Order: sequence, then C-alpha cells, then structure tokens
Amino acid sequence: MSATEAQALWLTLRLAAISCVLLMLIGTPLAWWLSRRRGNLAAFIEALVALPLVLPPTVLGFYLLIALAPSSPPGRLWQALTGSQLAFSFSALVIGSVLYSLPFVVQPLQQAFRAVPPSLVRVAATLGANPRDQFFSVVLPLTRRSFVVAAALGFAHTIGEFGVVLMIGGNIPGETQVLSIALYDHVEAMDYASAHRLALGLVVFSVLLLFALYRGGGWRISR
Amino acid sequence: MNPGAAPGVLRVQLQHAYPEGLCLDLDLELALSGVTALFGPSGSGKSTVLDCIAGLRRELRGGHVFMDGECWQQESSWLPPWQRGLAYVSQDPNLFPHLSVGGNLDFAIRRARSGGPTRGQVCELLELDALLSREPTTLSGGEQQRVAIGRALLSYPRLLLLDEPLSGLDRRAAKACLASLVTIQRELELPMLFVSHQLEEVQAIADHLVIMEQGKIISQGSLFELSGRLDSGLAEDEAAAAIIEVSDAQDDARYGLCSVTVDGERLWIPGSAARRPRRLRIPARDVSVCREMPQNTSILNIIPATLEGTQDTGPAHCLLRLRLHKQYLLARITRRSRDELGLSVGDSLYAQIKSSALLQESETR
Repeated sequence: MSATEAQALWLTLRLAAISCVLLMLIGTPLAWWLSRRRGNLAAFIEALVALPLVLPPTVLGFYLLIALAPSSPPGRLWQALTGSQLAFSFSALVIGSVLYSLPFVVQPLQQAFRAVPPSLVRVAATLGANPRDQFFSVVLPLTRRSFVVAAALGFAHTIGEFGVVLMIGGNIPGETQVLSIALYDHVEAMDYASAHRLALGLVVFSVLLLFALYRGGGWRISR
Repeated sequence: MNPGAAPGVLRVQLQHAYPEGLCLDLDLELALSGVTALFGPSGSGKSTVLDCIAGLRRELRGGHVFMDGECWQQESSWLPPWQRGLAYVSQDPNLFPHLSVGGNLDFAIRRARSGGPTRGQVCELLELDALLSREPTTLSGGEQQRVAIGRALLSYPRLLLLDEPLSGLDRRAAKACLASLVTIQRELELPMLFVSHQLEEVQAIADHLVIMEQGKIISQGSLFELSGRLDSGLAEDEAAAAIIEVSDAQDDARYGLCSVTVDGERLWIPGSAARRPRRLRIPARDVSVCREMPQNTSILNIIPATLEGTQDTGPAHCLLRLRLHKQYLLARITRRSRDELGLSVGDSLYAQIKSSALLQESETR
C-alpha cells in the first residue's frame, strides 16, 4: 500500500467515524420526532431526509458547493470563525457525508421507534418516568439493535460515497482524498493493479459488514 | 376556593364530544378510600375517564381533575402522568420485555414514592418469588398480570387505576387475580378505581359503584345499596345480584356447610366459617318466591321477605325487589309467574335461595 493510499484509508475511516457519530446525534432525535408526528410538516421533513436516496449525488454536491463557497453566508461565517475556507476542506466532507447518509440512519431508527408499543411508554410514564427517562430506560433498550444497524449503515455508506465528496471536496491528498476517489485516480492513471487492490478491499469490507448485520437480525426490531 | 379542590377526594369533571359519537359529560367525586368501580357497557367512556385521571389524555380540554386538593388538570394547566403518583394496570399487562420479572419490579421501585410496601411484601402477597428471574414472555397470562399488579403496587401509588385488569384472563386466573386484589386492598389500604363491564367482578371487590352509560353517570352509591335496587341500571344485567352483609358464621362440618346470619335469619352456604364470609352475592336468577312457607322442599334457605317493587327486564322476565329486614334481595321470575301469583307491592312472601348458588361468596373485609 502506497503512502497516499494509506493516507486515503486513514482519511476515509476518520470521515466515516466522525460522520457516524454526528449522524447518530442528529438522526436519533430527528427519527424520534418523525416517529411521533403525523402531518404535513413531518411528511415534508421526511421527504427532505430521504432525498439523497433518489437524487444523483452530484446534485446534492453541487448545491453544497454553492452553499459552502467562500462567497456564501455559511462559507463566510465559517471563514470568520475558523480562519480557513470551508469548501474543499475535510469539514465540508463531513457536512456532505452527514446529509448524504442521513436517510440510512433515520429510517431504521424511525421504524424501530414506531414499533415500540406506545402502551409500554405510557406505563413507564405512570410509573414515574419522565420523557427522558422513558426514552433511555424503555425505548432505547427495545431498539438497541436498530441503533447498531443505523450506525453501521451510516458508517458504511459514508465509506462508499463518491459523488458528493468529489463535488465539494475535490481531490486533495491528505485533506479530501478518500478511498473511492483514490480508486478513481488509479483507474484514470491506468494503474489497474492498485485499483484492484482498493476495489477488492472495499468489496470485502462491505460484504463483511453487511453479513454481520443481516446475520444479527438485520432490520428487525430487537426484543 | 374551587369546590373540586377539597382534600380526600378525587374530583373529575369532563365534557368532550368525540367525532365517533361518544359524548362525555360527567362530574364525578370519589372518596379516596376503598374500591370504587366504574361500571358500564363497552364504549360508555369508562376507560377515557381513567386515562384522564392518569394524565394520558391531554387533548381533553373541557373539564378538570383535582386530586386530594391538588389541581391536576384545569384549562391550560396539566400535570404530567409521571408526577401524579398513580399506577395504572390495564387489560394488557404491558411488562417491559427487555427486563426480567425482577427488573420490571425494580423499574417501579427506583421511581417510587417513599414509604411504600417492600419488594418482599409485594412478592409474598402476589406469590411472585418463584417468577423473579423469569422473562415476561415465558409467563402465563395470569402470572403476567400478577407481575403487572405487583409492579404497580411497588410504585406506591396514591391511587391504583385498574382498567378491565381481568378481562384478558381465563376464568380461573381471573378469579385468583381478583382474590389477590381483594387481599391487597385489605393489607395495604390502597384506594383503587376499578373499571369493568363484568358485574360479578365489580360486586366481588367494590365498595362504591359508579354506573356509566354513553359518557354519562346514570347512578352512583354504595355497592350494597345499588345492587339491591331496580332502577340503578344494574337490573338489566344478566348477572344481576343482590349483595348482602352476613355475620356470625358457624360450621356444619358434617355437610360441608356453614350457617350465617342475615338480618336475624339463618342462611346455609357451602364452605367453612374459617373463611369468614362477610359479604354474600345472591344472583337474582337463583331466588324464587312463594306465598306460603313451602314444605318438603330441597331448598334449605327460605326466609320471609316483603315485596317492595317489580320491574320488567325483558319480554318474559321481571325482577322483584324483596326486603328482608334492613337488606334487600333480588329475584328474577317470569312475568307469567308474577301475574299468576297476583303479586303486588307490600305482599308478604317467602324467598327461596338455592344454596348451591352461593358458592361465589366473596370474603372481603
């Protein structure tokens, strides 16, 4: 493995891990809220969350590129706060990844939350558990398996993304060059041996992860 | 001061019209002692009342709930269920599937008000010791419901709400569960509000009765008084029965019977005096009447009574209200018999009660 590849692997893992943590932090309350609401607002938010499932990644990447550019308000704010540019940075990759992988975290959690019988939550309430307590002592233990599924899917999907990363991250080794882009570089350079190594590595990793998930019960709600 | 805010009572006033047609309109004041039963047919709004008391129906804006001087719900103020100090047992035991039986009990203990019964005490009352390490899904329906009741008790509620707690159980399990509830009431002196559409259950446990129909209260009062009346709404029930207080139980071991005193008359009932029968449920269908003292009959229990009133309960039957001395019996006979005997209010009669019918005697308080 070359030094650039090692760098790309480390960057990819770091991106996936950070995105995964952020995804769980954002996705859990969002999924909880969506699981409790029915109505136009909830349906609209649900549709927004699901967008990355149907849109070409380049569309999302294009809009993010515009939104994060130094001339845009978020880009300017970021520059004022951190002193560095947001577009084509690792942080931009994280933002893109989180948005892009959100449905893979929110949907399994939302389904799991909906499957928790409301009567159990009510019993917990009458026994003196406040909403926070109800969530941590009843809902969370009953949906534990779905949290594993959501986190694994969020992590794996971040590793597998290409289009958004290319649009908003460019291809800067050590800063924004992740494995999928390193692979693309190898193919462009006709270095098929290296391309094979990376491609096979990603296939094996993905198969192993998904196998472990489905063997453990997959999307079903754990009891 | 709001009249609802009096100490020692639970005051529930509700007005709410559901789109499906039920229109709740009631004003209920319950003493916080003993067992009050909300009785009525399915769909009469009983469970909704319970939900409002528990704080599970925030959307019901029209009305208020005051508990022992505290405001729980009034206009925009609403005390959430986790601050009300109640426990709620419904038809479904709703045990937490991720916790063992012991874990379910501990869930309640960790969040309980202080000063309540101990885990050991509750496990003994409900015979839960052997179940503690089991998973809820491995228990029978009756066992699950006992655990649910135990869990509710361990939270040391100010009021225990029971919503048809026996209707998911088979007859035997329901009877055992009912007996446990009666024991609990006696041992822990916990006020209970019991919702049921089964008259037998209600008469076995309740002290006070509130009868509901279509979202409204049609009568309320003590169980003894309402059970012996023709106009309380209970008379139409297939299981209509009078409840009478008995005393001075004595064994007749030779025949497996014991005798009790009712308003100065002796009655023979199956069972032993050691069970201290205090309350007897006498179904109207097991009581018949004669104009003269019958001779050479197999019926053991024949007591003089005065006819106080009659009411038709269907095309063929009618119900008689019979006064013993202070207490009342009900008798279901055919309208034809009534007319052939020429019965009218004030007549002196003899009431015949089949002893075998008195098996369902309950030994409360």
